Amino acid sequence: MTSNKNQLMDIQKVNLSFGGLKALIDVDLHINSGEILAIIGPNGAGKSSMLNVISGIYVPQTGIVKWKGKIRKKIAPHDIARLGIARTFQNIALFRGMSALDNILTGRNILMKRNLLLEMLYYGASKTQEIEHRKKAEEIIDFLEIQSIRKTPVSRLPYGLQKRVELGRALALEPELLLLDEPMAGMNMEEKEDMCRFVLDVNEQFGTTIVLIEHDMGVVMDISDRVAVLDYGIKIADGTPDEVRSEQKVIDAYLGAG
Amino acid sequence: MKRDYNILNTFPKILKNNAEVFSDRPCIREKEYGIWQTLTWSEFYNKAQILALGLKDKGLKRGDKISIIGDNRPALYITIAAAQLLGAVPVPCYQDSVAEEIKYILEHAEVKIVVVENQEQVDKVLEILNQLPKLNTIFYDDPRGLENYKNKEIESIRTILNNNENLDFSWLENEIEKTSQEEIAVMLYTSGTTGRPKGVLLSYYNIISVTSIASEVEKIDVSDEIIAYLPMAWVGDNIFCVAQSYISGFCVNCPESRDTLPIDLREIGPTYYFAPPRVWEGMLTQLMVRMQDAARLKLWTFNYFMQVAKKWGNDILDKKPVPFLARFLYGLGYLLVYGPLKNNLGLTRVRMAYTAGEAMGPDTFLFYRSLGINLKVLYGQTEATVFVSLHRDGDVDPNTVGPAFPGVDIKIENGEVMYKGTGVFKGYYKNEEATKETIDSEGWVKTGDAGVIDKRGHLKIIDRAKDVGKLNSGKMFAPKYIENKLKFCGIIKEAVAFGDNKDFVTCFINIDLEAVASWAERNNVAYSGYIDLASQDQVYELISKEILKVNKDLSKDEELYESQIKRFLILHKELDADDGELTRTNKVRRGLISERYGKLVNALYNKDKTCFIETEVTFEDGKKGSISADLKIQDMDIYPQESEAA
Repeated sequence: MTSNKNQLMDIQKVNLSFGGLKALIDVDLHINSGEILAIIGPNGAGKSSMLNVISGIYVPQTGIVKWKGKIRKKIAPHDIARLGIARTFQNIALFRGMSALDNILTGRNILMKRNLLLEMLYYGASKTQEIEHRKKAEEIIDFLEIQSIRKTPVSRLPYGLQKRVELGRALALEPELLLLDEPMAGMNMEEKEDMCRFVLDVNEQFGTTIVLIEHDMGVVMDISDRVAVLDYGIKIADGTPDEVRSEQKVIDAYLGAG
Repeated sequence: MKRDYNILNTFPKILKNNAEVFSDRPCIREKEYGIWQTLTWSEFYNKAQILALGLKDKGLKRGDKISIIGDNRPALYITIAAAQLLGAVPVPCYQDSVAEEIKYILEHAEVKIVVVENQEQVDKVLEILNQLPKLNTIFYDDPRGLENYKNKEIESIRTILNNNENLDFSWLENEIEKTSQEEIAVMLYTSGTTGRPKGVLLSYYNIISVTSIASEVEKIDVSDEIIAYLPMAWVGDNIFCVAQSYISGFCVNCPESRDTLPIDLREIGPTYYFAPPRVWEGMLTQLMVRMQDAARLKLWTFNYFMQVAKKWGNDILDKKPVPFLARFLYGLGYLLVYGPLKNNLGLTRVRMAYTAGEAMGPDTFLFYRSLGINLKVLYGQTEATVFVSLHRDGDVDPNTVGPAFPGVDIKIENGEVMYKGTGVFKGYYKNEEATKETIDSEGWVKTGDAGVIDKRGHLKIIDRAKDVGKLNSGKMFAPKYIENKLKFCGIIKEAVAFGDNKDFVTCFINIDLEAVASWAERNNVAYSGYIDLASQDQVYELISKEILKVNKDLSKDEELYESQIKRFLILHKELDADDGELTRTNKVRRGLISERYGKLVNALYNKDKTCFIETEVTFEDGKKGSISADLKIQDMDIYPQESEAA
């Protein structure tokens, strides 16, 4: 196993089951700091479960999850955010009536300090912090090139742009680890290319570690540093895109042979 | 404000003066991070000085060329000013040119330093860097994505702009005094409908003389506002945004991005607005498409008051006498329809609006005028420092391009329009031959446009002189005249007419995707994309109806009744500047199209009902692909000639 130094997360011998259904079986997975890791696998392979274990929503029955070298216990959602883990969802989970800007600002919620009275008066520290957070949100808007829809309610936006706003909200948290659940699903070629570029840019410019689930093999092989393959809850391969591509077990799993 | 432009006879001198007289007034604004950031005249001058000294350190000397590539950004406008302070010549390039096109210009102009907007442009210049031995530095404005570039030629312009040390302003002031009115202010490459682009040299005298007249004619002053959104390489931007603002002291506003333009337009509310016909037409098409979705009452109100406006609006704008009831209805309409509509388009405060470059449909033109927008046609050329002719307030006719601009003489020789005036350029850079071909010994400049001057002294442009041909019957064939008529209907985006040395006229059609798609939606026509939509029978029918109207119109024309369209086809792809089919200013490259689609042209002139075609297309990233389709060819009815009396 690689050295622990640049490991952001280390998952050892994790088992997760729902009643009789075993979603994850003895899975080991580590996430290196600064990498783009793709988790792939056929339908029902346990990819989303894995992502939920990483984010701490699911607590595995057995096994250890280490965050920066320390064992992580059961954890409340807002504490997950505080740890520096943000995510987007397979089916968009934005506040549909709110503008793109407001949605992105909700991502900063956890970083805001509250004082009801000062907030109401828009005075002092509240004002400074409001300006500070708005500035950060604007930087993200600029980064994702969505200036033209800043004030548009997200329900009126096309799907690809909604996905982008959702990415923006996750980025607003300034996460160390960003989890993307099928960020390119249902997109056309152009939207996919845009999204790929943003994912790469996030990784490059902010140094954010990214774990993504994706079905489009072209995308996965292009942008990932490392690929982990799950099949029926078992990790069958883990390595660079080239290694994984030539792995017999992976070919079998995808082509249904063996 | 009166200033003596014999003393303030160069931009650097005017800028220095502006920094004193306008000092704290806004000079240029840019929307950044959602907020309009302003530079005042004194700040702008200060930044230009700092940058000029920085560029001097990079080896930029008097007479050297410096190129600018990017969208309208304050940093790029500062660069133009800075270069001029040093006596260097700015050479702006079109920001959507491909690397090869930029290479030609940088090579031809012997550019030493390039200042670009962002990574996209840096990449383009890097691609051609090793073929350009004279180019030594690439400055960029927006650092995004450029963090990991290791090339030693690349530098951030912001580092220089933020420098506060060792600045020798007094040396620079000396340099400002050295500039003279005959020096070249800017070099602009014409897009080149034929052959390679040519570098048009414009002197300070050219620009200042023409611009100060324009400011007087239009009463432009310091309180005006303009949005800078048209390419910086286009002469119009250099005159309307740079020169006019220098002379009048008004503020230039740079939109946040191309996509946000409508929003920014509404926020700024410019008083002075320029747009090519394409933009005006696009705005109208979109408006009409959206009105189709409005509730019945709203639609009725809109239609009723648009009728009122159509009848009286233009006269009211021209300050002609109008009956009281009409004035009342128009007032009511302003309250209910025109006012909100103008506000929505961001045109509420517009005092004068221009269109130029191409012919514009009279209906579209009058639509805007009837709303109370003072839209006028400007006919101009880079070689004339824009102004050749211009409509005057109260004397506007959509079918002409107005009387000659003050200080300009116009004459027609062999059907071709020629002009003479203070704005006439200094020549093409390193192209003595072409210069002599264009300017004759008496100073008359050939425009290459065929036109006539009517009784009121208005100039009317018919077509490009070289495009005007003859049908086999000997009758005149003016392709652009026909194409424009077709394009005015709103659902045809582009048309290419053929007929020179042929028995009859045929044409290619490009449908306007937005307008036709909306029609398809309302009429339950299913389609998968452009190619599919363009080949549908119902769409052919729709286009046929429009062509019949044009034919009807042409049948009334003494000269052109034989130019009625007999056969047409709808092209399977949009004509695109990236494929070289249009120029960067969206003019049709006739020769190239008839060569590339020769097979289709042949099919139009034999009895074929369909024709198979495969075409190579270039995507925005430079990759190539191909699309193919079986195109249908449709025959049209021809109307008998109608005499004027009928």
